[in-house]
Amino acid sequence: MGSRNRLVHPVRLVLAALALTALGAACGTSTGTTAAPSASATAVGPTDASAPRGPTGAVTGSITVSAAASLTEPFTSIGEGFRAANPDVEVTFTFDSSGTLARQILAGAPSDVFAAADEASMATLTGEDLIAGSPAVFARNQLTIVVKQGNPANITGLADLASAGTISLCGSQVPCGRYADQVLAAADVAIPADSITRGQNVKATLAAVADGDADAGIVYVTDVTGDKVEAVAIPDADNAVATYPIGVLTNSADRSTAEAFVAFVLGPQGRATLEAGGFLPPG
Amino acid sequence: MAFFALPLVGLVRLASWSTLLTDLGSPEALDALRLSLICSLGATVLSVALGLPLAWTLARVSFPGKGFVRALVLLPLVLPPVVGGVALLAAFSRRGLIGGPLFDATSDGGLLAWLPGGPMQFTFSTTGVILAETFVALPFFVITVEAALRSMDQRYEDVAATLGAGRWLTFRRVTVPLVLPSLVAGAVLAWARALGEFGATITFAGNIAGRTQTLPLGVYLLLESRPEVAVALSLVLLAVSLTVIVALRDRWLERA
Repeated sequence: MGSRNRLVHPVRLVLAALALTALGAACGTSTGTTAAPSASATAVGPTDASAPRGPTGAVTGSITVSAAASLTEPFTSIGEGFRAANPDVEVTFTFDSSGTLARQILAGAPSDVFAAADEASMATLTGEDLIAGSPAVFARNQLTIVVKQGNPANITGLADLASAGTISLCGSQVPCGRYADQVLAAADVAIPADSITRGQNVKATLAAVADGDADAGIVYVTDVTGDKVEAVAIPDADNAVATYPIGVLTNSADRSTAEAFVAFVLGPQGRATLEAGGFLPPG
Repeated sequence: MAFFALPLVGLVRLASWSTLLTDLGSPEALDALRLSLICSLGATVLSVALGLPLAWTLARVSFPGKGFVRALVLLPLVLPPVVGGVALLAAFSRRGLIGGPLFDATSDGGLLAWLPGGPMQFTFSTTGVILAETFVALPFFVITVEAALRSMDQRYEDVAATLGAGRWLTFRRVTVPLVLPSLVAGAVLAWARALGEFGATITFAGNIAGRTQTLPLGVYLLLESRPEVAVALSLVLLAVSLTVIVALRDRWLERA
């Protein structure tokens, strides 16, 4: 009976919880102020001599790469190539819309490399001094109309989208959604608001056409793969060009391995994988 | 307790209180609020209408395969909501098990083409939202009411029978009044679950502003473009949840 029998005094428990939270917050901010490592902060060249090398000259370390959803396939291949060239390295990928990833990084998500599908998402991070040096454009992409296999709705161009039923676009803050809105506005095509379903990233947008009941959608040229969907091309004159920048984050715990990865993406093997996936060269 | 309190306190601190009412008055916010209200109430009504006979059957009737039926009814409780959305697509989309034939039948030239309203499609419609929300909310109602029906004193029903009351009269005048508090609690739980549904809604009904973009979907999409509106809408959901918990505290937390 009475307070003697309680295992933990309630006031002490609350104080301990508050102390832990304060400690956690302090730890979070302190890593951001550690001095920049010896690796150069400007644009990364093809060989980075300052990355920690194992006995065979391969890079070691463990990094997290946050990449736009449209980079899922090429970056997974690039990751395998990077690991093949550097057997002791560990690369973890997070794929989602560039805006979501940027928001997570701004909120403190631990990441080493950020690859976005538009300059605006990268700008939200460079504006907060979260990118080391200047981001480099590593690929470009274009949009296409995607329809179900066999084109049952007989869509021939952007103008048909205004009356084709439910159209799947990315959210207006997602890069492919921004580009799609630009392309539609430039072509003067007004799809009724209650026919547009907005996906949270380009893969979800594609799934609405591939697996769901959306009649058509607008995604990147590189996303139209498999036998459930086919592409209806948008003429170059009406199309938008998406530029993909990549950068190393200042809060990266392993700056040199991150820079080695970026160098790999910009190098010949990375370029080949991206072009095989349908991306345009950074040109 | 700090684990639960801190996120809520953080949310309240994040809110832009001076612009709260204008944020809530913006077109996207009003659309989302209106849709959420209509769809969650619709889903609750449907959950009660379908759930009451289901709960009564599970509590009073014994039949072969009853355990399996109960497991099926309660499945959405443990199924991840997105998986529920995919399952709903498999059943009710234009190429689905039931949705496919229904769509073809109500299209031009089909057996049911004479029905008003054109081809019947559940996806990308407000009806689809109600369907998805009912799918996830129904088990909450059934589980609450079935438990109440099992634990009530069935002798009252027996007495009514001996006095000559038919099954329907007994149900109406004896059973329902006795389990009414649990009926209400089950309906409120189902309503709260329907209000918060995200995964099944966005997968099955899509995300169409003004037609299927409910509060949770609106918050998710507004987080990047207009975070202050997203936080304002989150506060509305938070206030609703708190009200539900306070209203149900006697039933769930203090009842033996």
